Amino acid sequence: MHLNDKELEILRIIEKNSRIDYSDLAKMVVSTEKEVEETLTKLEEMRIIVRYASIINWAKIDEHHGVTAMIDVKVTPKRGVGFDEVAQRIYRFKEVESVYLMSGVYDLSVIVEGNSMNEIARFVSEKLSTLDSVISTTTHFILKKYKHDGTIFDQPEEDNRIVVSP
Amino acid sequence: MINENYVSKTVASLPPSGIRKFFDLAANMEGVVSLGVGEPDFVTSWSVREAAIHSLEEGRTSYTANAGLLELRKEIAGYMEQAFNVSYQPEHQILVTVGASEGIDLALRSIINPGEEVLVVSPCFVSYAPLVTMAGGVPKIIHTTGENQFKLTPAELEDAITPNTKAMIICSPNNPTGTQLNKEELIKITEIIKKNDLLVIADEIYAELAYDESFTSFASVGDMINRTILINGFSKSFAMTGWRLGFVCAPREILEAMLKLHQYTMMCAPTMAQYGALEALKHGWDDVEDMRSSYRQRRNYIVKSFNEIGLACHNPGGAFYAFPSIAKTGLSSQSFAEKLLLEERVAVVPGDVFGESGEGYIRCSYASSMAQLQEAVKRIARFMKNYQ
Repeated sequence: MHLNDKELEILRIIEKNSRIDYSDLAKMVVSTEKEVEETLTKLEEMRIIVRYASIINWAKIDEHHGVTAMIDVKVTPKRGVGFDEVAQRIYRFKEVESVYLMSGVYDLSVIVEGNSMNEIARFVSEKLSTLDSVISTTTHFILKKYKHDGTIFDQPEEDNRIVVSP
Repeated sequence: MINENYVSKTVASLPPSGIRKFFDLAANMEGVVSLGVGEPDFVTSWSVREAAIHSLEEGRTSYTANAGLLELRKEIAGYMEQAFNVSYQPEHQILVTVGASEGIDLALRSIINPGEEVLVVSPCFVSYAPLVTMAGGVPKIIHTTGENQFKLTPAELEDAITPNTKAMIICSPNNPTGTQLNKEELIKITEIIKKNDLLVIADEIYAELAYDESFTSFASVGDMINRTILINGFSKSFAMTGWRLGFVCAPREILEAMLKLHQYTMMCAPTMAQYGALEALKHGWDDVEDMRSSYRQRRNYIVKSFNEIGLACHNPGGAFYAFPSIAKTGLSSQSFAEKLLLEERVAVVPGDVFGESGEGYIRCSYASSMAQLQEAVKRIARFMKNYQ
């Protein structure tokens, strides 16, 4: 699918900040508010913009007990549908956050979130490993998130520039 | 007793930087949104920082060749050829300097005989005229005007030339106006330069920050390469201001004269900064492109917003400055900037700091986050309501 320069620019801007005011966004790309809204609606309908999400550092919140695991999954592809069918069987579980088809020593990278390590262990042993096409799984628990989707979780570097300079 | 009489009369006669006053005012204030910053808001990309760190780990802490690492000069030559279609020999025509500022100083000191005139195209960076004076020359200011979007016209140039004129110094894309000269305009100007046998010191530090038309270097027009001292550097394009690293490309005879001065004053540019710059030129271009898009978006935003709130503003083709007219308020640049700072806590730089024809304008740097720019626009809009 081909998009024009303005559409691409709008996508790049809202990917960084989807809450930006549409009138400001229109100014940034030399457009009108109406045109920006129409473009966004179009991109949403085409499922190019799939969702407007936020990045939350849950680790800072005491009430949050969740754990995340990345699971390397080896599977047997099926004639005609390749990996898509098994990927679908996996991504339909609500515990599954992401599924990627990978090159390399395993086939699918599955990211799973749960309330505890036990919960994820149960999911892997009871749901994932028991699927017909799944040959093996290797589970890695995430200990700490430093950077996610291009965003560093630590305090951003301060603006140390002198206030007025030539 | 040591007093001011011990200071050289030439130095004493230099005007103080007009920015100082605003710096002192703004620096001691809380909650200031600054559009007064003349440098990128990006931090140097990590790959460049990491390369400099690596050079330290490797123990590369000695001097380099006076003219700079040959490897870096070769890389610069390749860049100049590819980006601006100008060809320089890395061994004889390129000098790595401590910022573009050193390059400008060396250029002026290398060519000026006492009393010779240098045309300074204004509004411009604050150092040009004082450096001409310090080099023993006479700065002759050409006041470009807002009606022409501060573009130098052939008539303005011709009017300023006298038998004593040696050179012209000009910056495009310009600080403070953001104005960029296109190829046709450069051709007309260079014809006059050649007819009068002048040199051009072309400050092209903002060359990579051109948003609408592709940038044309002075040196690339006709045979201007033979009479252009081209000043460039890493500060703006690669967000490396604090590294103090620039470079000069010039005809061999002039470059050798500059090198002589550079040897006596600097020895060489900082070694670790040169290794950082090498990495920037080799692998930093995606970052340059990202920064350029980001500046362009912010330029579009601020110019449109200023025009909406009554600050008439031409669309600056490059750099990261908007230079709106404050005529509607009837205030002078100084008093506008002072009132804006005191009443709304927004720091801008009064246009007259950059030359007389900047009076009636303010320089607003849009090298700040969108959130800061939005806040600044909101405050300036409120301010404008009270003053027009």
